[in-house]
Amino acid sequence: MEQQNKSTMVVFSGDLDKAMASFIIATGAAAMGKQVTMFFTFWGLNILRKEEYVKVEKSFMDKMFAKMLPRGPEKLGISKMNMGGLGAKFMKSTMKKKNIVTLKELIEMAQDLDVKMVACTMSMDVMGITKEELIDGLDYAGVASYLADADESKINLFI
Amino acid sequence: MNSTQVLDTKGLSCPMPIVKTKKAMDTLNSGDILEILATDKGAVNDLAAWSKSSGHELLDHKEEDGVFKFWIKKG
Repeated sequence: MEQQNKSTMVVFSGDLDKAMASFIIATGAAAMGKQVTMFFTFWGLNILRKEEYVKVEKSFMDKMFAKMLPRGPEKLGISKMNMGGLGAKFMKSTMKKKNIVTLKELIEMAQDLDVKMVACTMSMDVMGITKEELIDGLDYAGVASYLADADESKINLFI
Repeated sequence: MNSTQVLDTKGLSCPMPIVKTKKAMDTLNSGDILEILATDKGAVNDLAAWSKSSGHELLDHKEEDGVFKFWIKKG
């Protein structure tokens, strides 16, 4: 009865609104019985960062980079009208009032629904992000692993 | 209609109604009927699509005082 078709998604953006759209589609697809793979690359990795500071040995450049990038779902800006974070604050308070599920809850739900979340190791190198700084339960891989999953998918998105 | 279980998703927005429906449906047996209450305006189309692609049967749905009610039979 249940078709084992897959859905894959490249999450390139680290914007709050785009991240929410990604996770809504991912959890929705999982609820429809699909095997979902989300491949996080470049700015998308920021969504998976732990909120707290994790002490790891890094080069000066990597430290600077890490400092400038948002740590986790609560710190992301929105893709339009962010106004230095004010727009994101406004959007979050509006969503709370309207009882819209938060990005953090969506991520937990995705993990609960066995959505496969893969962090791109090349992007991690570029941005100087280590495994210790990312949330638990992730896979670590590169383009071949993503393409293999995409090959078997009926839906493939780049966000 | 004789429902096996009632699921209340009132006040929840997309994608929660279908995620909760999926979870509730997982606990039921084939032939059981799940009754779902929702206020999300997209739920009518969403639950119809969800039932279709998940292999379940949407038996009926109606609106009562702004609350949508659905009866889905597990496939």
